[in-house]
Amino acid sequence: MSFLPKPKLHHPGLLPNALGYTRRDYEGAISTLCAGCGHDSISAAIVHACFQMDLPPHRIAKLSGIGCSSKTPTYFLGSSHGFNSVHGRMPSVLTGANLANRDLIYLGVSGDGDSASIGLGQFAHSMRRGVNMVYIVENNGVYGLTKGQFSATADKGAKSKRGVANNDEAIDLVSMAIQLGASFVGRSFSGDKAQLVPLIQAALAHPGAAFIDCISPCVTFNNHQGSTKSFDYVREHNEAVNMLDVITGRDEITVDYAPGAVEIVEQHDGSLLRLRKLAGDYDVSSRAEALGFLQHHHAKGEIVTGLLYRDPEPEEMHSYLKTTATPLNELTEATLCPGSAALERLNASLR
Amino acid sequence: MLPTDIKDPGYFHKVVDCQWACPAHTPVPEYIRLISAGRYADAYMVNWKSNVFPGILGRTCDRPCEPACRRGRVEEQPVAICRLKRVAADYKGDVSDRMPSPAATKNGKRVALVGAGPASLTVARDLAPLGYELTLFDEGQKGGGMVRTQIPKFRLPEEVIDEEVGYVLGLGVETRFGARVNSLKSLLDDGYDAVFIGTGAPRGRDLDLPGRKEAAANIHLGIDWLSSVSFGHITSIGKRVIVLGGGNTAMDCCRSARRMGGTDVKVVVRSGFKEMKASPWEKEDAMHEDIPILNFLVPKEFTHENNRLTGVVFETVHAVYDDKGRRQLVNNGEPDVHMPCDDVLVAVGQENAFPWIERDIGIAFDRWGMPVVDETTHRSTNEKVFFGGDAAFGPKNIIWAVAHGHQAAISIDRLCQGGAIDDRPPPGVQLISQKMGIHEWIYDNEVSNDHRFAVPHAEKTAALANIKTEVELGFDLGQALAEAQRCLNCDVQTVFSAPACIECDACVDICPEDCITFTADGEEADLRGRLNAPARNLSQDLYIADGLKTGRVMVKDEDVCLHCGMCAERCPTGAWDMQRFLFDMAQAGTACSKS
Repeated sequence: MSFLPKPKLHHPGLLPNALGYTRRDYEGAISTLCAGCGHDSISAAIVHACFQMDLPPHRIAKLSGIGCSSKTPTYFLGSSHGFNSVHGRMPSVLTGANLANRDLIYLGVSGDGDSASIGLGQFAHSMRRGVNMVYIVENNGVYGLTKGQFSATADKGAKSKRGVANNDEAIDLVSMAIQLGASFVGRSFSGDKAQLVPLIQAALAHPGAAFIDCISPCVTFNNHQGSTKSFDYVREHNEAVNMLDVITGRDEITVDYAPGAVEIVEQHDGSLLRLRKLAGDYDVSSRAEALGFLQHHHAKGEIVTGLLYRDPEPEEMHSYLKTTATPLNELTEATLCPGSAALERLNASLR
Repeated sequence: MLPTDIKDPGYFHKVVDCQWACPAHTPVPEYIRLISAGRYADAYMVNWKSNVFPGILGRTCDRPCEPACRRGRVEEQPVAICRLKRVAADYKGDVSDRMPSPAATKNGKRVALVGAGPASLTVARDLAPLGYELTLFDEGQKGGGMVRTQIPKFRLPEEVIDEEVGYVLGLGVETRFGARVNSLKSLLDDGYDAVFIGTGAPRGRDLDLPGRKEAAANIHLGIDWLSSVSFGHITSIGKRVIVLGGGNTAMDCCRSARRMGGTDVKVVVRSGFKEMKASPWEKEDAMHEDIPILNFLVPKEFTHENNRLTGVVFETVHAVYDDKGRRQLVNNGEPDVHMPCDDVLVAVGQENAFPWIERDIGIAFDRWGMPVVDETTHRSTNEKVFFGGDAAFGPKNIIWAVAHGHQAAISIDRLCQGGAIDDRPPPGVQLISQKMGIHEWIYDNEVSNDHRFAVPHAEKTAALANIKTEVELGFDLGQALAEAQRCLNCDVQTVFSAPACIECDACVDICPEDCITFTADGEEADLRGRLNAPARNLSQDLYIADGLKTGRVMVKDEDVCLHCGMCAERCPTGAWDMQRFLFDMAQAGTACSKS
């Protein structure tokens, strides 16, 4: 870790976004993670994505659990709301926050330990409920804070730093998320911001449960020969199904790819997603195809990345529950607490 | 693009913008760090070795280093490098025991130095410790040349000149003060092994306008007038004074006139304000003393009555540029302006004059009357005669004279020792890792957010009352240390090793100035356009390294790097390292400094 804060001076050509903020305004405190940690690259990608989308920092809530990954919200969006919750309990805290104030943008940051072990149930149910959020798992396959034991996402047969092979089958969070009803699912790699930043942007614009599994090498415990989550291994086995560009109103739409190789889809907020297809005719709107494709390529030892599934007609928790469109903190006391007569009427209607 | 060859000393030298811009290549960040460490005498000696006159230059240098300073590109103002040099001089204490001793034995070679200005004194400083027998000629009674005669005492006190000239003369130099050299031929006939000419640019250019002769009693040539003031021959001037000219001499003239009784002093310049040759800070200092600067006025005539100057008539003009960018001053069509005054100081430039050099002794002159001098060796077309300072290539400034002196001393040493003088000694170069702990460096890598500190000035009325009162007081220690912290340590280089890099992007993410990009290789113009922050300053190099596993290249734009070491702190494999680059210009011999 560095002992000094990042210098305040910045590049003279650094431009502000539509809100007048520079990218540096979206940063947080300097990271105390190991030098070279993939998680820091994901933090930087989140900073880039929020800056480019002109998101007001004070309208974002970042929530996390416990672990290396869950420390990272300190290192980005220093002016946003934050909640560092109990181990594995980020999804329920986020769900509660979302229920109380649906106007904020929710960013859940978790790790493979926090989401695939202690918090697996919480992860599953937040996907099922369709909580409107971006849920990023910074997946390095090991427990970095406790010296590098295999986590539940470590591939079977992968070797630890000491050369011991992992016997347990890996939990594939991406497949689970698709099965459990997430309406936007992607996988990316911390070492590839060209892919990761637009994926985060598209997820932030998506109205529903958006899940991103981001492979993030642990430079200290899982970046050796025999690891399946090292920089080298992921680069060699990365099978991107598509490249994504997020086109906001300001950008000009130019299509300079071969016909059929590009699909442009409109998101709910009016922004456009341009999908450059890399793997044949991969259809991002089909759950079944996505699951088959993932299985097939996993068997070949490939890591499938890109936007893997997107429900064209997403729904989210508030529409299921028919909750009020107004955040609770904006409702008056009379509305929130209509009095004993109203309670009587309600009870009577249920008798 | 070809990968950068960091073994070429020129590459990292160029990154140290201040040192690169300095004609004498003074290791600026090195002495600023020594000031931060409270080692003022050491800081002074680093300067003394490189530029010979730290106390003088710390007050009067034209500071080519400051416009070059990287700090000026990442915030508003560069580091006050020049005034920190003065700090080293002000707080150094007694350094006499650090000075080299006169050579114990002479080497039998005799060198004549004509003119006792900064160029000749530098040659003397470099050659005396090597055993040369040096004879220094000057028509004045003391050494220093224009430094003593033309720079007003309110900018440079006499004691500072005496001290630093004294260090050089103390090395065993025979002085012939009060002796004007009237013939170079006879000097050569005296059997000197080499002659160095550092006679400066001694003649002020005159303005031959109508009325010049009639009003001569009140029209003075600026540099002559300044030296008369300096020696106390002139003690007053009229109340209304017009100074003609826009260079630093004009600024010295007008400020001196304010102290000699001038109450209504103005500077009138042919060109626009921006194009004036005077340094911006000298213009500011003059205006601060209530001296207006009037531009785009071309003097036409001196008006007079009964042989007494009454004023100057000016034509009003504006600048027009042709397609080759050449300037022409064109009449505005407005009526001429008459400005009444009691005295005029003419400071419109200087001319060289070598009436004492015979034209038949093998020294070629060009059509402007300047000697033909090799720019590297400073040798004229006579193999024993060398030129430096303003005498070589026309008026420049003190730091250039020092740089010339060092080069001429190398040439003279080679000539006398039988070496080829075109074969120049290489610089001394060191590149040393600054790593001390896991994330600790030998240098202080924290970047200060302070803005440039202003040097305190003496109170205006007191300053104007006495021409010997020094206006600038120099930084106090608190200001000096804070200003020193503003230095970015550009000599601590970011050194990259591609084989160690795992391309994790940690350096890219942490860099506060977005200097680093990993991308596909391409031609320079193309690469510059697609970096994380486009590299639009073409005077600054791109550092390129290939040999990465993905086949991409690492591109670092040197332009606005803070040298904060964050890339190296966040690098998991030590592919980045911070290494101090010390570039030592070669000087004649090696014995010129004990330190």
